[in-house]
Formats: sequence, C-alpha cells, structure tokens
Amino acid sequence: MSPRLRVNPITCEAHGLCAELLPELIRLDDWGYPILDESEVPPDLLGLARRAVDACPTLALLLDDD
Amino acid sequence: MTFAAGGHHGLPRLLAGLEPGGGAISLAAHTRVHGPLPHVPAHQLIEEVERSGLRGRGGADFPTARKLHAVAERRRVGPVIVNGSETEPASAKDRLLLSRLPHLVLDGAVLAAGAVGSRQVIVKVGENAVDAVAALDAAIAARERDPVSIEVVTAPEGYVAGEESAVVHYLNGGAQLPTFVPPRPFERGYRGRPTLIQNPETLAQLALVARFGSSWYRELGTVADPGSALVTITGAVRAPGVYELAFGTAMSDLLDAAGGPSEPLRALLVGGYFGTWMEASRATSLRLAREDLRSVGCTLGSGVLIALGESSCGLHESARVIHYLAAQSAGQCGPCVYGLRAIADAVGALADGVAHPRERDRVLRWTSEVRGRGACHHPDGAVRFVESALAVFDHELESHRRGRCSARPAGLPLGGVAVAGGRLR
Repeated sequence: MSPRLRVNPITCEAHGLCAELLPELIRLDDWGYPILDESEVPPDLLGLARRAVDACPTLALLLDDD
Repeated sequence: MTFAAGGHHGLPRLLAGLEPGGGAISLAAHTRVHGPLPHVPAHQLIEEVERSGLRGRGGADFPTARKLHAVAERRRVGPVIVNGSETEPASAKDRLLLSRLPHLVLDGAVLAAGAVGSRQVIVKVGENAVDAVAALDAAIAARERDPVSIEVVTAPEGYVAGEESAVVHYLNGGAQLPTFVPPRPFERGYRGRPTLIQNPETLAQLALVARFGSSWYRELGTVADPGSALVTITGAVRAPGVYELAFGTAMSDLLDAAGGPSEPLRALLVGGYFGTWMEASRATSLRLAREDLRSVGCTLGSGVLIALGESSCGLHESARVIHYLAAQSAGQCGPCVYGLRAIADAVGALADGVAHPRERDRVLRWTSEVRGRGACHHPDGAVRFVESALAVFDHELESHRRGRCSARPAGLPLGGVAVAGGRLR
C-alpha cells in the first residue's frame, strides 16, 4: 500500500506550509486549513511529502508508511 | 444454552412494567417483570448478541457483537462505560432509561462486562440529569450480587461531550474533548486499557437478549432491523414523548403513537440535529428501518423524530439548529470552528432572505470541504444536516429572497431535554 498523508486537525494551526511545499496533494480551505483530496502519496512525490511533514511547525502533518 | 421462555411477546419490552408518572422501578419489581440476571458464559453471550442483530443505539448503528468481540479478544481489559451523556437536545430516551429503569441498563452493563472480561462498570451521565443520578445511586445500593464494581460519574453537558473519545479523555482526567483517533477506545481507552463504551439503550436491549435469546428478540422488527427501538417523538405532535416501537413500523404510525400530528406537517427531522430532513409526504410510504430511511438519505441516529408543522419555517429552524451546532463545536479543529460558523451565518442569511444569490452554492462547497476534517464526527453531522435542509427546503429559498415566508419562527427544542422524563407507551 502506498504511504498516506493525514492531518491531525487538533494540532493544525493553519500555517499553510504544507500546501506551499506539496500543492500536488494539498490545498487550503477558505480559512487556511489543509484539504487532502487524495491521501495516498505516489512514489514520485514521496520526497516532497516527507519535506512537507518535516516543515510543519506543529507536527500536524503525518505520513503513515508502515 | 437455552433461554428463558418468559419474554413478553409484542410490546412493550424495555418499557414493560413502567407506569406513567411513577418513579424508578425497584430491583424487586424489575426482577418480577424480567426475571433474575441470567448467567451466560462470555462467548455464548457474544454469539447470541450477534445472532440477535443488535446494533448500537447511540447513533452510530455499529453491530454490538463486533464491539464486544473487539474488546473481549484483548488482554487487561478496562471498564465497561455506559455512555449516558445523551447530548442530542431532542432525545430523552437514555434519561428515561437511566432514571426509571436503571436495573435494566445495569443488568446489560454487568452482562457486557462479563462478556469482555471486565470487572468494572462506570456510568457516565451529564450533570443536569439529577434524576438519573439519584435513580442509579439507589439502584446500585440495592444490587448486592454483581461480580463487578459500579460507579456513577457526572460530567459537564455539551454536544460533543457524548463522543466516545471525549468520554474516555474526561474519565482519564483530561478535558471532555474528543481526541485524535486512532487509537480507538476498544484499543486504548480508560487508563490505556481496551474499553467498551455502550449507549444505555443498547445495554438494556442486551439484557433482554441475554435472558430470552435472539429468536425471541427477532420476533419483532424486520430481518435487517430486528427488535424494538426507543424513539423520542417531538415537535408538532399531540403527545410528545419516548415510545417503544418495533422496527418496520410505518413512519405515519410512529406519529400516531405520539397522538398524531397537531397540525398539517411540512417536514420531519429524522435522527435529531445530526439527522436529516425529509418531506412529510414521504412519511406515509416509509418504515422505521435502515434501508427505508437510507433511500431518502436519512438514518435513525439516536432515535429522534421531530415533526415540523406547516406553521413553522424549515429554513429558520434549520438556521437555529446549525447556529447551535456551530456554537457546540469543541473548538479544537479549524474546519469545524471556522467552517461551521461560516455555514451557520450563511444559512441564517439565506433564511432571512438577505444572502447573495450564489450563497447556497458556496454553502454546499463548504459542507463538502468540511466533511471528514474534524477529529470527531461533529462537523460531519452538522454539514449533513445543512445539506438536507437546503435540499428539502430548496423551493423556499427563492420566496425568502423576495421577503416572503408564510410561517412563524421558533419551534424546535434547543439546548435542553425536549420532553423531561418522557411519556410512556
């Protein structure tokens, strides 16, 4: 199974870095909170996804790749 | 194992022995009506519950046997939590059970504890439910043979206070707020242990299945929805209250059970504030059954049916409800906090006839974007409610925009139990 992105909506504070770094998978709603239309991360985006996860100031973006 | 043959045929089942206006049923009276607490080996009880087809009555409709099994197969099991929060403002069934039939609910909790290997029962109720607390305290004092400890915990009221993870978080000493799941309570709940949480009606039904068996349970209802259900029927009916009815009963017969409509009806809100509207004309052709309700996009939720009369305005009532739901957000998740507030303001503007012509489309974009983006299901239920309101009352948007509304506002109960104590049938 492909790795999946998740947002912890409690810790997310709408900094919006994830959508800047990974616009292929993440867009923002009208209040700046991320929307993941497709949670599965294709292999060619895995590096960018990891970078977005690392960049989140509140550690709210999670990558499940077990 | 064979089951007792003493079960009542027909209705009432749960509400058997209850007199209108009386107090809580004593242990002696309870035993007279239903017989003593049976001893059923754990695996047999779970199998029998599975055969009965019993599903959770708190609103999620989850098969009870699967929930029991998920906890029973784990080690170091925590308490069984009776979730008597009943935070749906229009629902009164759990309060009725806890305040008038505490032994039936406690029987179910004790039996469920035995089935999953737990030695502790915690009954969680809202702090306003003083009659339920008094009845439970007296019932617990009267019960001497339970192999488990039973305690009652009260907690502040609030719409999301009844959400499973919020209940566990509160009992663990935290704030009464939903947590980010997984882990779910059956994996890691009270003090980190696998925890079974059940609605009071579910446990009361389980107590009867354990006594009289699944064949008896299936004497009422349909194949897909066996048994009976407690339904709180309120709004524009002559005798609002809590009624026990068989699944498969025609929706129009439900209304008649509550004395019939008190005026011509415009619509029905099925499932409470997390529920969905349906046009009143549909009620005659639908039954109280999941498949019938699903065909018009409804679920029974926690068993609430609210009748909206012709004299009330569906748009204004919906605006009041969504404002209430927005205010009841736990305030933890951005899409719920900001999304529901914006949706509520927009629905209010649509009802007042002061919205931009394309506001309806913007609301529907918001509802689809907000869905699934909270830690709990509060925003999901709220947007489902709004979508059904805009679908059923769509034809009224235009006349409201022209400043016309034939109905008067006010009607649905908000922020409190609609029918204190409940009427009996």
